[in-house]
Amino acid sequence: MLEIRFHGRGGQGTVVASVLMANAFFYAKYCVQSFPLFGVERRGAPVEAYLRIDKKDIFIRTNVYTPDHLVVMDRTLLDSIDVTKGLKKNGIILINSNEPVESELFSNFKTAYVDATGIAIKNKLGTRTHPILNTAMLGGLTKVLNLCSMNDVKRAIKKEVPEFVDNNIKAAMEASHQVKFVNS
Amino acid sequence: MKRVLEGSHAAAEAVRLARVKVISAFPITPQTHIVEKLSEFCSNGSMDAKFIKVESEHSALAAVIGSQSTGVRSFTATSSQGLALMHELLHWTSGARLPVVMVEVNRALAPGWNIWTDQTDSLSQRDTGWIQLYCETGQEVLDTTLMAYKLAEAVFLPVMVVLDAFFLSHTYEPVDVPEQESADKFLPDFEPAFSLDIRNAYTLNQLATPDVYMEMRYDMHLAMEDAKNRMADIENEFSKIFGRKYLPVEPFRCDDAETVFVTSGTITSTCRQLVNDLRKKGERVGLLKIKMFRPFPVKEVCNCLKNIKQVAVIDRNFSFGAGGIFAQEVRAALYGFINPAPCVMGFVCGLGGRDVTIETLTTIYKKAKNREAGQMESVWIDLKK
Repeated sequence: MLEIRFHGRGGQGTVVASVLMANAFFYAKYCVQSFPLFGVERRGAPVEAYLRIDKKDIFIRTNVYTPDHLVVMDRTLLDSIDVTKGLKKNGIILINSNEPVESELFSNFKTAYVDATGIAIKNKLGTRTHPILNTAMLGGLTKVLNLCSMNDVKRAIKKEVPEFVDNNIKAAMEASHQVKFVNS
Repeated sequence: MKRVLEGSHAAAEAVRLARVKVISAFPITPQTHIVEKLSEFCSNGSMDAKFIKVESEHSALAAVIGSQSTGVRSFTATSSQGLALMHELLHWTSGARLPVVMVEVNRALAPGWNIWTDQTDSLSQRDTGWIQLYCETGQEVLDTTLMAYKLAEAVFLPVMVVLDAFFLSHTYEPVDVPEQESADKFLPDFEPAFSLDIRNAYTLNQLATPDVYMEMRYDMHLAMEDAKNRMADIENEFSKIFGRKYLPVEPFRCDDAETVFVTSGTITSTCRQLVNDLRKKGERVGLLKIKMFRPFPVKEVCNCLKNIKQVAVIDRNFSFGAGGIFAQEVRAALYGFINPAPCVMGFVCGLGGRDVTIETLTTIYKKAKNREAGQMESVWIDLKK
């Protein structure tokens, strides 16, 4: 089983990102389970969502404490919370950034980055001040995990995203081409 | 066809498939997604139903009592304080013999103000004459809600379909949503035995003197008992069409077990994982999931537990001055029927949404296996010092 933890801020589409990714893995014939950590959500406050995937049935129904991989939708979170808490050794951290992010926290992990904010703005997703990043992050995540295809992601977007479907698919595709691992 | 669906939406899909005609509800976290989805279905034409907005949960159930009295299939949903506010009308619904179905998302009662899962809200309504069915997965929520209408309409008692806040209500997983055609085959239109009609006016639920009241209550008791047999028939019919079956209680790896967990709701799933892990290490352990809480399946519980040495009942609820509620019911079921009775230990955990992890359940298993808990007390697990 793989467990992925999504970190973001309320309003960025973090919960929807985990749901979209669950759909994509479902199309790739995985068993999936996705759910948010519920606090008292406010726009801008840190939020978490979880995704479990497995080739076998998933029984466990608890929060995720030791994720295999991380998705960080907002790099300013690094200043306020330890996003790597419980992350397994050699786990991948995908971070929304237009440049490699240096942090001592990341020394035991593989880090990748993609400019999801830039891609979202370019594709007119959300507004310039509040871009909706989730589909771009998904494209990046799909590329770095290499467990399901971009076709699965496209199907997931078509099913779950109510509007601007083409722009969202374009954002995911662009991110999958642009995502880079930080040399370590 | 299977698709990734939120637990709340699985409930809403079942209500759509049941061709419910009247929905009335008041939003309360964590139930809100159910009625949001239903109002969407009503506005976009997926459902031909009237959605009645009201100012409180008391009014929501009152509206549904009204619509169901006219012979129309009706639905409501709530949680916690909302259910508590409905209390008076919960008795009214069952006493009036109205086959209403409600989905209840377990949430802790305030204060302290808490939106997370805890079964005390639904369990404290156990004497209101509602059938109560607890669910473990999104699929079970959908299937149980469909079956609930058939059961309610067979015995003329209301049914509460219960699920955990967030761990089920807000969890997305693959759920098979049946086609309308097969749902119709399973659940045809409701044919009421009685219904209010303005063209043929009469009054329901008049004064019941000591001369008749007791027989009315006895009839409700018989209907509740009958619900056990009816549910078995309904499950058989459901399984013929959809290939899925749940049973009032489900024993999991109980053969040759010495220690058995008794669970309900989503804790069951995590416990299945632990039982599988412990079995690999040679431990003789199993679990008994209780789905039907009212009527309580006494015979089935006794059958499953008769040869077990230690029983660890997990309660995500508490009755002050008495103990965990499932533990009380299990003890009462076994008393006098099984001799010698197994050692029944009650464990309280997960209140107010505290996570019940593999570690929590492992602690309980060790205490139960070594009989480190008394039979007269509830042992509180994961308490902070």
